[in-house]
Amino acid sequence: MSILVDQSTRVLVQGFTGREGTFHATQMIDYGTNIVGGVTPGKGGTKHLERPVFNTVQQAVRETGANASVIFVPPAFAADAILEAADAGIPLVVCITEGIPTLDMVRVAAVLARSGRTRLIGPNCPGIISPGKCKIGIMPGPIHKPGHVGVVSRSGTLTYEAVDQLSRLGIGQSTCIGIGGDPIVGTSFLEAIRLFNDDPETHAIVLIGEIGGNAEELAAAFVREHVRKPVIGFVAGQTAPPGRRMGHAGAIISGGQGTAAEKYAALRAAGIHTVASPAEIGATVARVLGARVG
Amino acid sequence: MKIHEYQAKSILARYGVPIPRGEVAFTKEEARTIAQRLAVPLVVVKAQIHAGGRGKGGGVKLARSPEHAAELAGQMLGMRLVTPQTGPEGRIVRRVLIEEGLQIVRELYLGVLVDRAAATPVFMASAAGGMEIEEVARAQPEAILREWVDPAVGLQPFQARKLAFGLGLPPELVTAAVPVFQALYRAFLETDASLVEINPCVVTADGRLVALDAKVSFDDNALYRHKELRELRDLDEEDPLEVEASKYGLNYIKLDGNVGCMVNGAGLAMATMDIIQLAGGRPANFLDVGGGASADQVKNAFRILMSDPHVKAVFINIFGGILRCDVLATGVVNAARELQLAVPVVVRMEGTNVQQGQQILRDSGLNFTIADGMQDGAEKVVRLAGGAR
Repeated sequence: MSILVDQSTRVLVQGFTGREGTFHATQMIDYGTNIVGGVTPGKGGTKHLERPVFNTVQQAVRETGANASVIFVPPAFAADAILEAADAGIPLVVCITEGIPTLDMVRVAAVLARSGRTRLIGPNCPGIISPGKCKIGIMPGPIHKPGHVGVVSRSGTLTYEAVDQLSRLGIGQSTCIGIGGDPIVGTSFLEAIRLFNDDPETHAIVLIGEIGGNAEELAAAFVREHVRKPVIGFVAGQTAPPGRRMGHAGAIISGGQGTAAEKYAALRAAGIHTVASPAEIGATVARVLGARVG
Repeated sequence: MKIHEYQAKSILARYGVPIPRGEVAFTKEEARTIAQRLAVPLVVVKAQIHAGGRGKGGGVKLARSPEHAAELAGQMLGMRLVTPQTGPEGRIVRRVLIEEGLQIVRELYLGVLVDRAAATPVFMASAAGGMEIEEVARAQPEAILREWVDPAVGLQPFQARKLAFGLGLPPELVTAAVPVFQALYRAFLETDASLVEINPCVVTADGRLVALDAKVSFDDNALYRHKELRELRDLDEEDPLEVEASKYGLNYIKLDGNVGCMVNGAGLAMATMDIIQLAGGRPANFLDVGGGASADQVKNAFRILMSDPHVKAVFINIFGGILRCDVLATGVVNAARELQLAVPVVVRMEGTNVQQGQQILRDSGLNFTIADGMQDGAEKVVRLAGGAR
């Protein structure tokens, strides 16, 4: 009924004792996520939020059997934190940090591609949640509802908006993934959709894109070839001017490429149900699912 | 962050890319002195603004003597230069580059940027130099040569040779081109650039490869580790409101509509602009106050929004989740009072204590309209701003 994370996920927090790490670890624990400990170099051997703190990820993995990690360290140190988690063999790393230099991520992506055993979600993302089972990230837990719609998005609050619309209509989610707003992210739309497509408990997929790059187009091409589940798509930035970075480092129309119009055209060509208004995402899913059932 | 052509050239030269001899001038007199020092029959006077297409707007001129160079510089300095990339308002020219003129045989395009899908830098080259690369990509995509670079080893000589031979350079120039291409890649890598571009890179009559123009922009996220590059920032080239906003960690981009927007999160902020347009209105700006939307952020955001005289109504769209709406509402009311806000404000907020938050707005006696969802908010604010277009 979910992908990547569930009740069996044992989560380590990197940057555990910092302000952000402490706040969001507390929220995750309250949600029921199995936080097994954290890493803050120099504070190994102490306890924080009644959980052990380690100096290195390797040591933390050995002691706790963690199989996922969430990163809250500042941008200058985040690439190192991702690589440390990968080196310790953690299969799922979720990086929340915003503001990591792009060339740091180029190097990280090259290392992860070579090792092939760690999936990265983010950076600059809200994280991943399988409602009722496991929340790894900063999203507000209570707006989610367990169910059968997979949500994948480049944004944070816009995802909350869409999820809230779904939940209010009684439509639950299998898993919601924020893939992040940076030019280079670990898990792409395409990969998230592939996972949702392979998950028998996910019945429909919501894709929330935005201007910049061509990740939406690549995902659309995959949907056209391989996905028979209904896909509903929205693209933010229909009114964004070219050449300007709209908040997210990756949200920029450059050289006439990456416009919302192009992305909508690609989504439509792949048979994806497109939504023009961000207020209509939930209603469109309801209609598509209703039509399918009826 | 963008920089000027002369700054870009000086950076590339440091890495070993040949550039024309020249210097920047801030006054007519400096222009004359530089032209005298160059002591060549032909100098080029180039307006320095952060936008391309300068030649088309009269921002690149040839001078036959130092006196002539001074005269042209005098005309350019202070002028409002309008190019296809500046928009109709143009940019004021405050600096000019005085450079030796060259005998040009061929014009090439060279550029390095990150290929997002491949997650690696890509070196691009084209024999159609001098043209906009986007134009080339549209008209004849096969004319652009690409070499993806493994970040672990950098641009290899064989890759540079493939590109140089692909451009149709004669063997002796290929030999000269390889270190130049590698220098360009190193400049990209070591300055944490988001783009380095030489367009055109020219072959001169005496058989040299020279960067006739240069464009470099840096990854803002990496500027913390490049103090010397941060100093190249030219605030005159940026919108003063955007500069002001960035001081407070606000992401603000001015647009030309009349509905001011204040939103938490970049994606939701873009979506809010979109829904205003769908409701028949026009957004005045993009403004992301960050996930938290603290009282201070709200106040600064209001101040910046209201500095734009075109704003006739404001739409606050906050999806807080765990954010407390009563705290947010108090911040909004205080800011509106302190700044004596004169325009109607539509507030849509989600989070904990929504009811209390809405009550605080109602009880304030100020011109607040409470919206039930994004759609309702967009319709209300467009009506308050004077209706649909």
